[in-house]
Amino acid sequence: MVNLNLVLPEIFISLSIMFLLILGVFKKDSSKIIFNLSLFVILITAIIIINETFSVSRETLFNESVVVDSMSSLMKIITLVGGFLVLVISSSYLKTFKIYNIEYPVLILCSILGMMVMISSNDLIVFYMGLELQSLALYVLATYNRDQLKSSEAGLKYFVLSALSSGLLLYGCSLVYGFSGSTNFDIISNQLNSEEYVLTFGIVFILVGLAFKISAVPFHMWAPDVYEGSPTTVTLFFTIVPKIAALTVFIRFLYVPFLNLIDQWQMIIVFLSIASMVFGAVAAIGQTNIKRLVAYSSIGHVGYTLAGLATASNEGIQSSIIYISIYVFMNLALFSCLLMLRRNDQYYENIDDLSGLSKNHPLLSLCLLLILFSLAGIPPLAGFFAKFYVFKAVLEQSMYFLAIVGLLSTVVAAFYYLRIIKIMYFDKEKEKYDTDHSLWLKFSLSVSTILILFYFIFPSQLIEVVSRINII
Amino acid sequence: MNFPILSSLILLPIVGALFLFFTKDKDGNNLTAKYVALFTTVVNFLISIYLWISFDQLSSSFQFIEDRTWIDGFIDYKVGVDGISILFIILTTFITPLCIISVNNSVKNRLRDFLIAILIMESFMIGVFCALDLVVFYLFFEAGLIPMFLIIGIWGGERRVYSAFKFFLYTLLGSVLMLVAIISIYWITGTTDVVQLYDIGIDVKYQNLLWLAFFSSFAVKTPMWPVHTWLPDAHVEAPTAGSVLLAAILLKMAGYGFIRFSLGLFPVASEVFTPLIYTLSVIAIIFTSLIALMQEDMKKLIAYSSVAHMGFVTLGIFTLQQQGIEGSIIQMISHGLVSAALFLTVGVIYDRMHSRLISTYGGLVSVIPKYSILFMLFALASLGLPGTSGFIGEFLILMGAFKDNFLVAVIASIGVILGAAYMLWLYKRVVFGKLINEDLKKILDLNRSEYFILSCLAAPILFFGFYPDPLINTIEVSVTDLINMHNTNIASK
Repeated sequence: MVNLNLVLPEIFISLSIMFLLILGVFKKDSSKIIFNLSLFVILITAIIIINETFSVSRETLFNESVVVDSMSSLMKIITLVGGFLVLVISSSYLKTFKIYNIEYPVLILCSILGMMVMISSNDLIVFYMGLELQSLALYVLATYNRDQLKSSEAGLKYFVLSALSSGLLLYGCSLVYGFSGSTNFDIISNQLNSEEYVLTFGIVFILVGLAFKISAVPFHMWAPDVYEGSPTTVTLFFTIVPKIAALTVFIRFLYVPFLNLIDQWQMIIVFLSIASMVFGAVAAIGQTNIKRLVAYSSIGHVGYTLAGLATASNEGIQSSIIYISIYVFMNLALFSCLLMLRRNDQYYENIDDLSGLSKNHPLLSLCLLLILFSLAGIPPLAGFFAKFYVFKAVLEQSMYFLAIVGLLSTVVAAFYYLRIIKIMYFDKEKEKYDTDHSLWLKFSLSVSTILILFYFIFPSQLIEVVSRINII
Repeated sequence: MNFPILSSLILLPIVGALFLFFTKDKDGNNLTAKYVALFTTVVNFLISIYLWISFDQLSSSFQFIEDRTWIDGFIDYKVGVDGISILFIILTTFITPLCIISVNNSVKNRLRDFLIAILIMESFMIGVFCALDLVVFYLFFEAGLIPMFLIIGIWGGERRVYSAFKFFLYTLLGSVLMLVAIISIYWITGTTDVVQLYDIGIDVKYQNLLWLAFFSSFAVKTPMWPVHTWLPDAHVEAPTAGSVLLAAILLKMAGYGFIRFSLGLFPVASEVFTPLIYTLSVIAIIFTSLIALMQEDMKKLIAYSSVAHMGFVTLGIFTLQQQGIEGSIIQMISHGLVSAALFLTVGVIYDRMHSRLISTYGGLVSVIPKYSILFMLFALASLGLPGTSGFIGEFLILMGAFKDNFLVAVIASIGVILGAAYMLWLYKRVVFGKLINEDLKKILDLNRSEYFILSCLAAPILFFGFYPDPLINTIEVSVTDLINMHNTNIASK
């Protein structure tokens, strides 16, 4: 008998999506209700996860095609928290552009559902289903501000390139299936051994597809354009939530089906990691648009998370998960600041618009200062610890080259973060921005900034939660 | 467990900064903010004096140790002092209030934020000097970049942006390799606790690389030739109080790091790399003294003289002799006082004339005699005249150097002469000569607060010049212990 309680979160969220859609069709002007209801849905889902699955160390369902373990529970919770906060700070932005519709929360719920399926997948087909569900929702979200040319362009670009990468992924999956005779991760893991060199093609195709989804160099080209064109709140969603799911799948693939082939994929991951760290740092220097800059910076941060994965150790996986969780909060705080740059119903997103911000808005710029230093990885802020754990894991495996390149690229990256700080603090001030921000926006900014600032006082808690994850 | 006196030293300035953060910022001379900051730092100074009094000079082990689990099974928050670090803590708590008094004229806007930055800086600097865990040390060492970057960048001179970036990126670049080394030490030995590491020792085959990684960070911060170029820029552009903090305390972090970590943790590698340090130090002494001779800008001249003086310090540390190391520590303390005083004296006339160029001045002695006398005292202390603290340091360093390597000591002694040359020439051009610039006739002599600050600095310079025993007694046992530990380590390898 299948214990359905373990997939209750997914069941609940899909039923809610249907209900919300029906409600939206039959009730007029229901966007506000649906927004609030979807927030509730996310909260309840999170509570269900904590109640039902958080203590489960590892269970499989449906012929072992779905797995529920401590990693999946934790990553689902982070996904839901990210989704919740994105949704919560979106409303005033959407209202400004008159796109405050019922579809937005429903699409976000859909993609969250897809991600939860991805996170829990233990089977190629289940994985692919989740991936496509979240991607389809994301394509629409990217074009959500459809009256703007840039938004439509972003959506189209994302769709074309993403479809291409899905194709590569599928081809890789079919190769792996051909060699192992099964779509189940555990069985694949037992069937594969490193003597079959043609299998490497399958692995490479799968890794390319996944690298595309988390925008690792050299499969990052879509990210800056899509991030710049999409509505800012959607960009925020792009930069954090899908990354969590894709990272989990990455971990799952590397450490379950391909565990015996470490020699073959480790170099690939190291390369992806180094390329992303270096390229993310160097390419961001010339940017003038904050959203593009965030795109490159997120490429760099993906590089650091991959560095943790490349270690092939539990500590490495845990450090990557810590990194991505801290990164979620840093990006959330950064975008909250970005959403506060509003004057007469217009949002500003160029770096020069920050000029002299510290004179007119001392508190906002102080928050931004802390966030940027944290992103640059300067102690004692949270971003430093994120990097610290990753490099601790990397050095445990004596991968000195990776560690030194990574740390040197933080110095390069520090330059462009410092440039923003310079513009904020050292340059002449401009006109004031509006200060009547929604309570939720202020809330998310202050909470995430406080977490970033005071993380160093209680660093053990996060480690404790994450240390339950033992994949290998 | 006793009262956590070191943690309170670290935390008190932060509490003061928080308090300031919640007061309202006023334009112009924000007296409330100043008094709050001054009060905090003076209390901190008194606590540190109490620390010095209750410090047991006869014991070589770390005292006032606090040890708390911070990250389970990995890092402890561990602080403590021995004879070497306690002097640096007192130097820090002594200089900071003087900085705060001195901000009268130099900082025009956002005084409250400036004071917050200085207070936070103080707490990080104290943290550096009492950290007994490598990760905790690194944390404080790096965190200091943030307030200093802002101090230079927001309140600095014309080329402040360039200087602030250069300062930040140079130091960060040096430090990341140290982070790699610290984590590697953890994986090699299983701990980052300095006291335990002293006992266990680090395997000889790793020492050279680890030493180089630490060196890359300390060399930038010291700064040693050829990575000293950030210092003149940072000094020149920083506001007076910022320059004082930089010269008096920030540079000492690296010298302290050399003694505590490079010597203590990597004895074999320190022997191996002594020629490297000697070469770089001697180049720094001679080369930067020559550069200092040619400077038009007073602040730049003093900045280059700092590089030369720090050359003496590194030379003294790596003589690995009792006198050399003691001399280096005293030289660092003395340089902390003297360079602070020199930057403040330059600040005094800069506030009045808004020029740092030597050619602007000349003949000051006939208009502002009080100022000229104090300036003379500091200039003489800087060149190491007997009777000032500068002499004790240089003398001991050279004594240690002669014991170890005659040639190096001879070349370094030439540096002493060059030091006298640039300092006296500076003094001659600024203070003596004809009064050509008409504007100078209206210049005012020291006001009360300036007079107070400079006398506060002059007193210890003279006192320790004649009677260095309090300093030497404090450090002696710790240095002897360090040398003994070093020698046993070398002998056993």
